[in-house]
Amino acid sequence: MSAYELVVGLEVHVELKTKSKMFCSCPADFGAKPNTQCCPVCAGMPGALPVLNRRAVELAVKAGLATGCKINRKTKLDRKSYFYPDLPKAYQISQFDRPLCEDGFIELEGRRIGIERIHIEEDAGKLVHEGERSLIDLNRSGLPLIEIVSRPDIRSAEEAAQYLKKLRLILLYADISDARMNEGSLRCDVNLSVRRAGERLGERTEIKNLNSFSNVAKAIECEYGRQVLLLESGGEVLRETRRFDEKSGTTIAMRGKGMDYRFMPEPDLPFIELSERDISRIKDEIPPLPDERRERYGKLGLSEYHSQELTADRRTAELFERAAELTGEVQHLAALILTAIPAKAEKYAKLADMLGAGRISSAESKRLLALDGDPEENAIELLSDEVQLREIAARAVAENPKPVSDYKNGKAAAFKTIMGAAMRESRGRANPVMLQQLLLELLSP
Amino acid sequence: MSAIAGRSLAQIAAELESGIYSSVELTERCLSEIERDELGIFITVTPEQALFSARQSDRRRAAGERLSVLDGIPMAVKDNLCTKNIRTSCASRMLESFVPDYDATAVSRLLCCGAVMLGKLNMDEFGMGGSGDSSFFGAARNPRNPEHTAGGSSGGAAAAVAAGLAAYALGSDTGGSVRQPAALCGVTGLRPSYGRVSRSGLAGLAGSLDQVGVIAGNVRDCALVLGAISGEDAADSTTLPGTAPDFTGLLDGGISGMKIALLEEQCSGMAQEVKAALLETVKVCEGLGAKVERVSVPLLDTALPVYEIISAAESSVNLARYDGIRYGYRAAEYGSLDELYTKSRTEGFGREVRRRLMLGTLLLMPELRDTYYNRATRVRTLIKSELDRLLESFDLLLSPTVPTLPWRLGESRSIGERRDCDSCGVAAALAGLPAISIPVAGAGMQLTAGRFAEAELLAAANAITEADR
Repeated sequence: MSAYELVVGLEVHVELKTKSKMFCSCPADFGAKPNTQCCPVCAGMPGALPVLNRRAVELAVKAGLATGCKINRKTKLDRKSYFYPDLPKAYQISQFDRPLCEDGFIELEGRRIGIERIHIEEDAGKLVHEGERSLIDLNRSGLPLIEIVSRPDIRSAEEAAQYLKKLRLILLYADISDARMNEGSLRCDVNLSVRRAGERLGERTEIKNLNSFSNVAKAIECEYGRQVLLLESGGEVLRETRRFDEKSGTTIAMRGKGMDYRFMPEPDLPFIELSERDISRIKDEIPPLPDERRERYGKLGLSEYHSQELTADRRTAELFERAAELTGEVQHLAALILTAIPAKAEKYAKLADMLGAGRISSAESKRLLALDGDPEENAIELLSDEVQLREIAARAVAENPKPVSDYKNGKAAAFKTIMGAAMRESRGRANPVMLQQLLLELLSP
Repeated sequence: MSAIAGRSLAQIAAELESGIYSSVELTERCLSEIERDELGIFITVTPEQALFSARQSDRRRAAGERLSVLDGIPMAVKDNLCTKNIRTSCASRMLESFVPDYDATAVSRLLCCGAVMLGKLNMDEFGMGGSGDSSFFGAARNPRNPEHTAGGSSGGAAAAVAAGLAAYALGSDTGGSVRQPAALCGVTGLRPSYGRVSRSGLAGLAGSLDQVGVIAGNVRDCALVLGAISGEDAADSTTLPGTAPDFTGLLDGGISGMKIALLEEQCSGMAQEVKAALLETVKVCEGLGAKVERVSVPLLDTALPVYEIISAAESSVNLARYDGIRYGYRAAEYGSLDELYTKSRTEGFGREVRRRLMLGTLLLMPELRDTYYNRATRVRTLIKSELDRLLESFDLLLSPTVPTLPWRLGESRSIGERRDCDSCGVAAALAGLPAISIPVAGAGMQLTAGRFAEAELLAAANAITEADR
């Protein structure tokens, strides 16, 4: 099986977060009653002309900049023709040979997955099948999309899922899209082929109808298996479109003739021209992205784990950064924020300071976090008075002769018992670091 | 006897102002003429709406609140311009029952000026044709001779003005469809520069070639109507930004000192009468102080095939939306989605439309697109630069609008004859230039100017027609 290399490229369609559709001013809201958000333009009525949504172009450029693409400053739109009931004009306005963005990448652990292009286009409507009838809802028709086409650099199902997760995170960070697969604002088609080492690229199939990241991974594994089996038994992989059937966990060939889209430049829309100023203004809108922030956090001394967790969500990362301006105790800060107990940045910072100064225990910090009010006022501080701690330590040693002698005889684990006793006597308030040090002093030969 | 024939818009406006008749009276006269019309000029007549508008106009006039010089004057609109709540059929079975709930911008601008719309005018189906034969409702006939064609595709529009049924009409011009019928019916037809008038609401056939045009009884009237409909439209991204200039300002400027290029390649195959009219036109121009020079632009011999390829290809995509799904004609019986499409479109479209759609579809297929469509678009760019260049050393281009006189309806014409007829009209469309057809010495003569130079074009056309009077 492993003799065959998996070659996967992903085509991701993303709905842009705009107020209105791509070519008309109909609202771009989700969930309205059928056919209440359409007009002559997005319904393909006679004489209705498209008008470009500038904000959609800006968001598309943002997506390109956020993935390291080169932005083409002069591009055009093209008509992509095919007949289907959910496509009102019988053509989709898209981009053919001059996409808005080209040659980007998504960075995964030590590997780069290339992005061939990102282009803008409009969405089609939705078909709802009701027994013998099919109903058309045009609310979705004309919604602004970007199509992000990766290079066939993906080599495993896991990598595909990682790519999608990373891409989604970037889209969320940069406020480009809600990117929810279950709402259809992010859709993914898989292009998959296999080959033996050293061979040319094999024939590829396209898999559609994937509605979750895990289904993408499953579909890839399943299709890989199918193609390998086919080739091993002397068959040929046909270039076709298949849909993933979740129930059976298989891919099934879709009926459909191969068609040519007869691309033609869109005469109703002028060239899209972007100045350097336009592009730098859009670039300024992009906040620092996860990778950049993780690197910075690492330099501050945070662990990889903490960095990952904090940057999983932009608001969390920003909260951390605000708080980190108020305290140097970044490790404690990270741990506090990741408790997910909500609080303001100032409170987190204060608590981090108190932890760092050894004034409170970890448990106490969590209690204070959840408690309304100033931690300074409410804190039950750790006992850090050396005189008192010495007394407690001495008493613990005196009252636990067996563990003491066990420890002195080399049983390191016995220390825990002594420490435990001392902590209990202080009702958990003893500064553990200091107490431990004092005990060790007392117990040392 | 027509209430309008031979009267200019200024005359009618003055007579309305001085109360010689009211808009309602004028409109009623037109409507009864239309009722008697046997030339097949109108597809839909809208007497209620027309009279309503006329009453509104009279009320405004009485209150001294005239909206414009066009207020209260009856006009009509080619049936491929959408009109709210009024059937817009494009002379096709496909849209036989289609009623839009929006107006084309050009129409709404005229209605905002107080124009009274009498109805929708006959045309070639979806603008494809130059004779009216392809109309689902039968061809419009030429008021000068009912056995003859009125031309096309804006045949109804030209005939309505020529017959005095409407004071002016809106048409559409893709490759001569306003100018050619104007010439054949003996009236004036203007194709504005590409981008001058909004195409929003025009069920056109080729987005890079279509323009809304004006047909009227004289040049000044064309200028007046053009002024009312021109200007930037947010709904059409190809319109020139800003409001339109005054097109009537230069009208009486004359053409003394102008240089006019007589395009040799557009002067072939002329009928005797047309040739004589052309020579007369040249004499008139020279008499007015202009210099006319014969110029050869060999590239213009490619204009017609380039046009045919581009318009067929674009229209195959433009007309794909007529699929029987959301509106328009749907076949009564079908057994599958494919059948729904093929039967609706085969039954809904006439022969000429089907022929052009098939041709256009083929031309965009991967096997052929490089040889034909891609090459045609490149040559189009060359034609445009050639003409632009020519218009740097000349003020105007001159040629006959149509090399022949109107032919008998139903007469079989060779492909060569039909193509000769179309050849003069396409260059201006390919290059996006404004062009006008004016009747001189019994035939239509075509003048073309530089892009957005309508004022100069109309001035020259006016000078020539005045002198020819």
